[in-house]
Amino acid sequence: MSNKSFLHLEQVGFSYYSDLGEVEVIKDLSFSIEKGSFTAFVGPSGCGKSTILSLIAGLLQPTAGYITFYSEDFNAPKIGYMLQHDHLLEWRDVYHNILLGLEIQHKVNKENINLVDQLLEKYNLSEVKKQKPSSLSGGMRQRIALIRTLALKPDLLLLDEPFSALDYQTRLTVSMDVHDIIKSEQKTAILVTHDISEAISMADTVILLTKSPCQAKSIIPIEFEKNGVSRNAVRKSPLFQEYFDCIWRDLQDEKKEK
Amino acid sequence: MKKKKNDIKSSSFSDGQKAYLLNIKMQKIFIIWSRILIFAGFLILWQISSDFGWIDDFYFSSPLAIGSLFLHDIKDMSLLHHIGITLMESGISFLLIILCSLLTATLFWFYPVLGRMFEPFLIVLNSLPKSALAPLIIVWLGTGSKTIILCGMSVGVFGCILNLYQTFQQTDPERLKLVETLGGTRMQAFTKVVFPGNLPAFISVSKVNIGLALVGVIIGEFLAGRRGLGFLIIYGSQTFKLDLVILSIVILCFIAMIIYWGLNVLEKKITLRIG
Repeated sequence: MSNKSFLHLEQVGFSYYSDLGEVEVIKDLSFSIEKGSFTAFVGPSGCGKSTILSLIAGLLQPTAGYITFYSEDFNAPKIGYMLQHDHLLEWRDVYHNILLGLEIQHKVNKENINLVDQLLEKYNLSEVKKQKPSSLSGGMRQRIALIRTLALKPDLLLLDEPFSALDYQTRLTVSMDVHDIIKSEQKTAILVTHDISEAISMADTVILLTKSPCQAKSIIPIEFEKNGVSRNAVRKSPLFQEYFDCIWRDLQDEKKEK
Repeated sequence: MKKKKNDIKSSSFSDGQKAYLLNIKMQKIFIIWSRILIFAGFLILWQISSDFGWIDDFYFSSPLAIGSLFLHDIKDMSLLHHIGITLMESGISFLLIILCSLLTATLFWFYPVLGRMFEPFLIVLNSLPKSALAPLIIVWLGTGSKTIILCGMSVGVFGCILNLYQTFQQTDPERLKLVETLGGTRMQAFTKVVFPGNLPAFISVSKVNIGLALVGVIIGEFLAGRRGLGFLIIYGSQTFKLDLVILSIVILCFIAMIIYWGLNVLEKKITLRIG
């Protein structure tokens, strides 16, 4: 384990009980995440990807194994969560939507308000801060949802298919916007998605998951320069295609085995 | 600045668009005048029928007789007193309905087990014809404002609890998850998301219940009142003062109309703010 290790899951399992019997969602899942890295989980829909995030966030408790965070100051890490839909509250304007998390944690103070203003300024959202969410495009709304999460200064960002509700073109730009924002804020992030290209273009490491129960099938480090490369160029690079084919094949194998 | 903008707008309309707008405006004016004419025609026909003896004005009264009774009773303040009593009793019933329902529905939302336990009882009470309860309430509380206010509440309160509870429950679970991911408690989920998100539904439930409170109060006054418009109607019918009965009914019409209009204005204001 490297000394930069931030989060470690050891043999984690999760099952729940239903009328139809016990359902084993996750089994023997082990992996480590380094500080400042961007990891993507790719797997068939319904394989329990979101459950992994809920476990890491502490919304659910694992039924087996351990989840360990390593921190320098022994404080519990702050976790930011981005959901599939932005869930901006339509009765609040953009600014007050961003303040929602701070309000809930009773942290509305000068320092944090300054941070919010800076973030809005930095990502060109200052002009819309008095507007109601209903007047904004889906991509804009999802970026505001990200700022709402960042306002809480999270150590770890969990992204639960945050782009799947967007149309294809918006999805391409917003996913790269979000990638750039997360990189420039130097956050550690975990993305869950079923979109292979999205995973390759955003993440440093892709973890392929199997379905029922969810296990890590393979861990693929994505090693090609994305910073400073234009967005279209990333997807056109031959390496991108290679990674795509490799992951695609793995997923097909997985289907055949079933 | 604003005016200038409008000028540019209207001058940029094509002839077809202008004709369309004019047509809509004319239709609106036509509808409003037809309503006024229907009402005036009804009053005139009623007056003429009683003047010419087509109907017996002892039973059916006439607009002029009602008008003069209105002026007379307004002058000696007795009518205003009765109107005031009915309004006050309905107002208190309404506020109590909303208060009780909001508290109960909130409690049920916090502890859904309680909701599931009490739901069937509320459904039974809600489907009961509430006027059946009135005699019982009179025996318990005697004749007076307390009984009437309780009658007013009994009509709406059970339905109101069920309604609010169901709307609170229909809050998008993903939104509750959002509050959870932001580190919020269930209390915060309620105050930040569930209640403000259901405010429009809350207003429309209130709209229904202010009417129901009025219904209940009139029933109460029929049976147990010595004051109020419900009392005037019963008293008038028992002493064959049918002018008084019809006048009271007309006043109730106006009260209902004003309340309806006021609530619509309030609803628009709130939904605009949420918009």
